[in-house]
Amino acid sequence: MSSDRFVYVTYIRTTADKLWDALLRPEFTRRYWYDCRHESTWEKGAEWRLIAPDGRVTDRGQVLEIDRPRRLVLSWRNELFAAAEGHSSCTFEVEPAGDVVKLTVIHEIDGAKSKLIEAVSGGWPTVLSSLKSLLETGESLEMTRHWPEGL
Amino acid sequence: MDPVFRALADASRRHLLDRLHARNGQTLNELCKGLKMTRQAVAKHLTILEDANLVASIRRGREKLHYLNPVPIHEIAERWIGKYERSRLRALSELKKRLEGEDDVE
Repeated sequence: MSSDRFVYVTYIRTTADKLWDALLRPEFTRRYWYDCRHESTWEKGAEWRLIAPDGRVTDRGQVLEIDRPRRLVLSWRNELFAAAEGHSSCTFEVEPAGDVVKLTVIHEIDGAKSKLIEAVSGGWPTVLSSLKSLLETGESLEMTRHWPEGL
Repeated sequence: MDPVFRALADASRRHLLDRLHARNGQTLNELCKGLKMTRQAVAKHLTILEDANLVASIRRGREKLHYLNPVPIHEIAERWIGKYERSRLRALSELKKRLEGEDDVE
């Protein structure tokens, strides 16, 4: 079966635990992920939602795998513009590599030419650069601190 | 940031990135097709691109698939592009593409 997949890697000067918290906890995600936050109990099989600042659920799915602070796999359906495509999966891998931590994000969906993958492929590099900036300098990128106007 | 610039300073390596941009997730064999370079040369260029984090690879079964990783390029852009310049720059770059007759304007 053909699949659409993007792989993003960034190396961040931090620890695996700090990176894990920054990926999951609202006080961090709000600063680099367009003011969004996750809602989940973070147990295997639990529901997972991404909530926009106005309270809308932008994406939802399930926690498929969780192994703090190494690996998180979410099923992921975008509710705003690609709900008909069904679920993609998004894997976060955190690996210490010397004095930095390697973060790999793999977002994939069965079937080629996915609208969701097209949309996230623009979004992930920005979100990950901002996350790196936040952890290394204490400041996220300005454009990622607010929900995009008109969306 | 230096490894990124060193990796991008070579036309063959930029060509490999273009090929991944056109179709992401290729094996070494697929990337070698239609190129005048030897397989060894392509593998060497890929290593330099991976070291600079411009290419990320994952294993799926017996295959190693290569992906264009745009994160470092984004970091370079963020360093010098001011927050109010973004939309003007996008408009300029679209204008340039139109005037030069490229058809891949988004």
